[in-house]
Amino acid sequence: MRDSAPDIRLERAGVAFDGQTLFRGLDLVLEGGRWTCLLGPSGVGKSTLLRLVADLVPGAPDGRVTAGDGGPVAGRVAFMAQQDLLLPWLDARGNVLLGQRLRGEKPDTARAETLLADLGLAQATQLRPAAMSGGMRQRVALARTLMEDRPIVLMDEPFAAVDAVTRLRLQALAAERLAGRTVLLVTHDPLEALRLGHVVHVMTGRPARLSDPIRPPGTPLRPVDDPALLALQGELLRRLAEDAE
Amino acid sequence: MGRGLVTAIGLILLWEAATHLLGLPPYILPAPSQVATALWLRGEVLAHHALITATEIAIGLVVGVALGTGTALLVVRSPLARRWLMPVVIASQAIPVFALAPLLVLWFGYGLASKIVMAALVIYFPVAAAFFDGLRTTPPAWIELARTMGASDGAILWRLRLPAALPALAQGLRIAAAVAPIGAVIGEWVGSGAGLGFLMLHANGRMQIDLLFAALVVLAAMAITLYYGLDAILRRLVQWQPETLGRSR
Repeated sequence: MRDSAPDIRLERAGVAFDGQTLFRGLDLVLEGGRWTCLLGPSGVGKSTLLRLVADLVPGAPDGRVTAGDGGPVAGRVAFMAQQDLLLPWLDARGNVLLGQRLRGEKPDTARAETLLADLGLAQATQLRPAAMSGGMRQRVALARTLMEDRPIVLMDEPFAAVDAVTRLRLQALAAERLAGRTVLLVTHDPLEALRLGHVVHVMTGRPARLSDPIRPPGTPLRPVDDPALLALQGELLRRLAEDAE
Repeated sequence: MGRGLVTAIGLILLWEAATHLLGLPPYILPAPSQVATALWLRGEVLAHHALITATEIAIGLVVGVALGTGTALLVVRSPLARRWLMPVVIASQAIPVFALAPLLVLWFGYGLASKIVMAALVIYFPVAAAFFDGLRTTPPAWIELARTMGASDGAILWRLRLPAALPALAQGLRIAAAVAPIGAVIGEWVGSGAGLGFLMLHANGRMQIDLLFAALVVLAAMAITLYYGLDAILRRLVQWQPETLGRSR
């Protein structure tokens, strides 16, 4: 059974590559059991910040990442990237069971099949990635993330590579299935951030800074045609455009 | 494949016509029909020597592939081995392996052993290089995903890097299959008492050029069967390999 979703705190986080400071002295709190969206232009350092939480930044980055319940962060994180990262030699079921196989655990085939069926992939359990559409592949990646059943989920532009309609469907699926977990979603799409996030931070500049938290009205999953949401989207786009100038 | 067969038959017919029209003596260039007759009449002798060459190739392949894959795994797992061993392995390729054949016969004798070592040596490097290349070019994002899943280095090697490197290894094995018969025959030319290479030299010395050609035909048939047989097995085993690799030949 999954343990409760803790707050995650980043304190004085800093990363530099090749002498260039991406960001330094950043503080960020990911509220437990809620979605925090990190919005910003490409290359600003959003993914690096997410990778810092996942302990995937090489070298010795500055700052501390701690969990609010005092437990470790490592081992409680599931990761979903823009590329589906499905292994081409495994079928959908094999890909969903990857984590258990890598850890040498007994693969829970029944649960993997249930998860795939819940995501509309009951007929695709034995398909290899090459035989799947982009949307199907990303759903398998979501099933693999859910199979890990971790309280903290880090998502790096997971829906950026699919068409608009598929993206909306995947957002809905993810919002439903990952409710109650501490989620950090990195995106460059203001509408996606506003639709899914309890809290949205805008990351801009070099070295990058984080905006004060924006709390869109209502609860996720917000309708895409909500006028308040669209107005906020316009404002965020203006802010991003100003930063680009 | 079909077109290649038609071309081959066309060339054989042209060869047959040329020997008759030009009146070439059989000790210079026998007609294909004479080679076919030698194949038929000396079938038992050819089979005996072919079996020996095939044994050298098969054992050489097993030894060369085992050593090549073992080296690749070792240098991937151990940075120490990578630093100390890889430069020597790469530099060793500057030595023309075939020039070592006389030494190998001196050290390992006229029997099977020197030919097996020769075949293994020519197979070793393409297999080691291709597999090592495949193992170290696993997409980093896959490895990062595995790390967030709590995978050990061993599990990542066994379940991620190794299968991901199989298409590259398959390319190395295809090269190995193409060069293994060359290694064995060169070894036989330098010093042996049996095998198709020995038979060819022997027939040449006795002006039995039809038998020399017959041995060459058997050797070519063996090499082609080995290459395409291995290719078919590899295609079946590595069905998921990217299209670009599948079509690269």
